[in-house]
Amino acid sequence: MSGNKTEVEKNYLNDQKGIKSWLLTLDHKRIGILYLYSIMFFFFIGGMSALLIRLELIRPQEVIVGADTYNQLFTLHGAIMIFLFIIPGIPAILGNFVLPLMIGAKDVAFPKLNLASWYVYIFGSLFAVYSLVTGAVDTGWTFYTPYSTSTDTSVVSMTLGAFILGFSSIFTGINFIVTIHKLRAPGMTWFKMPLFVWASYATAIIQVLATPVLGITLLLLIAERLLGIGIFDPAMGGDPVLYQHFFWFYSHPAVYIMILPGMGIISEVIAVFSKKKIFGYNAIAFSSLGIALVSFLVWGHHMFTSGQSEFAAMIFSFLTFLVGIPSGIKMFNWLATLYKGSITFETPMLYALSFMFLFAIGGFTGIMLGALSVDVHLHDTYFVVAHFHYVMMGGTVMAFLAGLHYWWPKIWGRTYNEFWARIAAFLIFVGFNVTFFSQFILGAKGMPRRYYTYLDQYQPLHAFSSVGAFVIGAGFFIMAFYLIHAMVRGKRIGRNPWGALTLEWTTTSPPSHHNFEEIPVVKNGPYDFDRIRVENDKWIYKEE
Amino acid sequence: MNHTETHPSFLAHHFSESEQQRESAKLGMWIFLITEVLLFSGLFTFYAIYRSWYPDMFINAHQHLNVALGTLNTIVLITSSLTIALAIRSMQLNNRRQTIILLITTLALAAIFLVVKYFEYSHKFHLGQLPGKFYTFTGIKGTNPHVFFSVYFMLTGLHGIHVIAGMIAIGWVLRRTINNHFSAEYYTPIENAGLYWHLVDLVWIYLFPLLYLIG
Repeated sequence: MSGNKTEVEKNYLNDQKGIKSWLLTLDHKRIGILYLYSIMFFFFIGGMSALLIRLELIRPQEVIVGADTYNQLFTLHGAIMIFLFIIPGIPAILGNFVLPLMIGAKDVAFPKLNLASWYVYIFGSLFAVYSLVTGAVDTGWTFYTPYSTSTDTSVVSMTLGAFILGFSSIFTGINFIVTIHKLRAPGMTWFKMPLFVWASYATAIIQVLATPVLGITLLLLIAERLLGIGIFDPAMGGDPVLYQHFFWFYSHPAVYIMILPGMGIISEVIAVFSKKKIFGYNAIAFSSLGIALVSFLVWGHHMFTSGQSEFAAMIFSFLTFLVGIPSGIKMFNWLATLYKGSITFETPMLYALSFMFLFAIGGFTGIMLGALSVDVHLHDTYFVVAHFHYVMMGGTVMAFLAGLHYWWPKIWGRTYNEFWARIAAFLIFVGFNVTFFSQFILGAKGMPRRYYTYLDQYQPLHAFSSVGAFVIGAGFFIMAFYLIHAMVRGKRIGRNPWGALTLEWTTTSPPSHHNFEEIPVVKNGPYDFDRIRVENDKWIYKEE
Repeated sequence: MNHTETHPSFLAHHFSESEQQRESAKLGMWIFLITEVLLFSGLFTFYAIYRSWYPDMFINAHQHLNVALGTLNTIVLITSSLTIALAIRSMQLNNRRQTIILLITTLALAAIFLVVKYFEYSHKFHLGQLPGKFYTFTGIKGTNPHVFFSVYFMLTGLHGIHVIAGMIAIGWVLRRTINNHFSAEYYTPIENAGLYWHLVDLVWIYLFPLLYLIG
């Protein structure tokens, strides 16, 4: 294309210069990049603490740290990965960057609120870091009472940090809902929206409805510690189980804040790399909303053994099985999309397929744990640890990596080395299964979670699991290397390297400050691969 | 193309028309109000559970709240909701002076509310009717009377913080009104501050009977 040269020169990355133009930017793409750097920083810290945990567990005796430090390490790992990486990860990085592009908007509805959400994120994370430096928290990321109200570590600053981070999440959620309602391009009807947008919409609804409840829970916990208000303290007429109810009323929906945007990415990637119209568009779109709805009704399954009534446990168990329906609908529709598609195996697709494989295992074991009798046997064992890592890492992180590799060329206008990317994908997939499948077996054999030491009979599987963790680490190390290399030295690419039909691929790579030369008018569906194919960034309509 | 007509100064670049901007801002505010309701919902749950556990104690304890001051504050807040609604109407009619007066009246009423609250609080502090482990009062029969005051101070305290936040919001739109930022064509921030203020009012409308009146 003749205009290519000028397009490359004038884009959102280079139209303004200087640190101020970044720290005061209102551009959703630049804010996405700010989030990318900060969230990846915490992902690194959370990952390193995971490696330290696995190193310590390689044998039952002390390897590198003592028992108290170990307690702090797994709290650090959990709290950072949950609150600072996985909850904001996909919406704040990828959602911020591509969601306005996907619906043909110039920006999100409230750019200042968007920037504020990043500053709030940084502010909240400072509290978290502060509490780590000044006597790390050892309660686990769930801050369960009564331990969290009696331990002398920095629970207050840590929970205050999580409280503040909640605002960041709410700001992003409000922004996305309003943007999707009000800023769609002409012709972009609700059922022409890409499925990632639908998933982000469902996510935003949960963020907005659930996060305030976590906010008040953490405030009550802080008040309990500072003022001894007695709400969670049985000695003063309170109830520690009430804390668990409050906590999981947020934190179970939060699980879907983590997984839903990932499912959105998978819908995009599966369709694009199969070059086939997605199967069951409406079913996938509505199943996102279905998951959002059911997510509010299942919190009690975290408390089967905490002393809630058997009747309540039965109801929560039944409702938990319901989650399997919308999740299953998505899985089957993705499978049906693959069927007779023109599948290619570029890196994003490798991660998408990893997601489907691992999420299926994570989902099924979730149903197992949702069954009362099985859960009584398996609760608080490594089986649970393995289950939620299959869902969170095998699910969300794989989807995040799929999305990161899918949109990386769009973000930087440059692409990464496909060979090394595939090596890393392979290492992460294999390392993941080595690490966590062994933990299913450990859990089934009775290894309890969060323990510093264990019986000798568990040692071989623990060592096996630890080896896997370092294989994952190697994969991420390679990834960091080639992704950073791609940012500065990668091969330049055109508008549409994957031949996708959603709007973000119709603009330049990287996009200009205003996203589009002119606001697009949408006539086609996002996955009309049966009518359109892409050659050299041009759409070619097939003969009817 | 007439530039001023298509792009008034208040219209942000990413909106194509002022109606779209106005609707977006209001939708955003409504969603934010939902989050506020859910924030309070945790405390209302706190109230409901402990009331069902200790009904007699709640009845005995609530008699120690000052219904007269509570009623006064209810009237003050409802009046302030009226004045801010009228302020929005004045701006719709392009009457800037009246808008300023009404916004100042709203602020004054909010301040009165806080002053009354201050007297209520200091009286309770004096008697030792304090939350949780600071509770030293002895005149209430029933189990765990300190829990009632935990509920009372958490609910009214969080509400008080919202009153202050609302005053900051109103002060901000007052400043912008004085600086001539608004007109009959553009007054969305006043409307949003008004929406927020109505919510603060509404929460109190629930707090007042639940804490002061129900026997």
